[in-house]
This record gives sequence, C-alpha cells and structure tokens, in this order.
Amino acid sequence: MTATIRLQKEAFDIGAEVTALARGRADIGAVVTFTGICRADESGGTISALTLEHYPDMAEAEIARHVEEARARWPLLGVTVIHRFGRIAPGEVIVLVVTASSHREAAFAAAEFLMDYLKTRAPFWKQVEKAAGNEWVEAKTADDSAAARWSAAKPRRGEVN
Amino acid sequence: MKLRYFAWVRERVGLAEEEIDPPAGIATVAELVAWLARRGDGYAYAFENPRVIRAAIDKSHVRADARIKGAGEIAFFPPMTGG
Repeated sequence: MTATIRLQKEAFDIGAEVTALARGRADIGAVVTFTGICRADESGGTISALTLEHYPDMAEAEIARHVEEARARWPLLGVTVIHRFGRIAPGEVIVLVVTASSHREAAFAAAEFLMDYLKTRAPFWKQVEKAAGNEWVEAKTADDSAAARWSAAKPRRGEVN
Repeated sequence: MKLRYFAWVRERVGLAEEEIDPPAGIATVAELVAWLARRGDGYAYAFENPRVIRAAIDKSHVRADARIKGAGEIAFFPPMTGG
C-alpha cells in the first residue's frame, strides 16, 4: 500500500494529491477524499484566522500508527494524509485524507476512521483569532464519541470489503 | 528528563520545554503533574485541573498512571483539536 503522510505549513493542491495517489493504478476502483476547511464562524464567533500548533515528531508518528491500523482493518491500496500547521485563513484547507481501495466501502470507512482519530489523537491544537483576542479551541465530546465507536467493533481485514 | 509543553499548557507554564530532575519519589505521570503544579504560579495555573491534561512519553500517548522511569521526553498538553 502507498502511504503518504505530510505535515506542512504551505497550502497544497487537493486535485494534484488525488491524482498522484491513483496515477497509473489499474487496481484502484474507489478513491474517497475528505477535506477539512477553516470556517469563518469557528468557536461561536467570527474569526479572522486560526493557528495550528503541533508536536512535530509525535504528530507524524501518531498519524502513521493510525494509517497502519486502517491498513490492517481494510483492504486499502493507498492512503494520503496531509495536515497543515501555522496560520490558516477561513476558506483555506486544513487537512486532507485520501483513501483508495478496490471498492468504495473500505475507502469510505477508512477515511472516516482516519478523520475521527486525527480529531482526537493527533497532537494538534487550534487557536482562533477573534476581534476580542486569541483563544484556544476546546475539544468537543462529540469528536471523542466519534472516535470511540471504532473501538467497539473491530472488523478484521477481509470482513469489510 | 526533558519536558515539553504545548498550547495553553505552554502559555501558562511560560516555557516550551525544560530539563528537570524530579525527586526520587515521583513514579507516575500523575505524580509528576502534582509535583510540577507546586513549582510556581504558572505551573499551578497550567495544572490546576489534572483531569484535562494529556501526556505523552517519548511521543506516545500515555495515561496518568503511566510510570515515568526511563522516559527521555515527557510532553503535557490539552485535549487535541486537530483535523
């Protein structure tokens, strides 16, 4: 399986990443992408930007662990995870998850699994810029619940296809 | 051992990282947090609610009862808000 994990400050081209993952592959029948975008109405108010702080080496290792877990659960043919850090303006992309498989079920499930874990386990912290000053975004319990549902049922590779 | 702080834990402590040598009786992450909280006002503020503090030893998530013996780097941070 091809796995690409990148943490970067710079903006990137989503289309180019999707194309790169599937280029020249006749075995991939399904590609699912999730794109997380900075909203202007984050944290109950209008923001001018958000700044993402991260724990560099751990963030990469943690994402790699979850990509590996996704690969063990579903028959994936490729995964790309790109997460930005630094200052990000509303409308800009924060995170991209691309999953490729022979069929759509595995690609959809793995993309959702990876996003749920990125939200709760990858060491990133968002701070928003508002007119009244900067504030840290609080973690949502809904994100914890979304991540927890994956520990309840653990399909083995081959069962979900 | 090296300690690293992130997000509002870093801001409240006033440091991104530091080298420390905790007393011999400090065996777990929870005990280290309690010891750190007594080091000054910034630390007390950062660690006032230990239940919300997350920790990692050598870049892997650990629970509060994890033992710190042999740790090279311990990081403290709030619940994560990436994605």
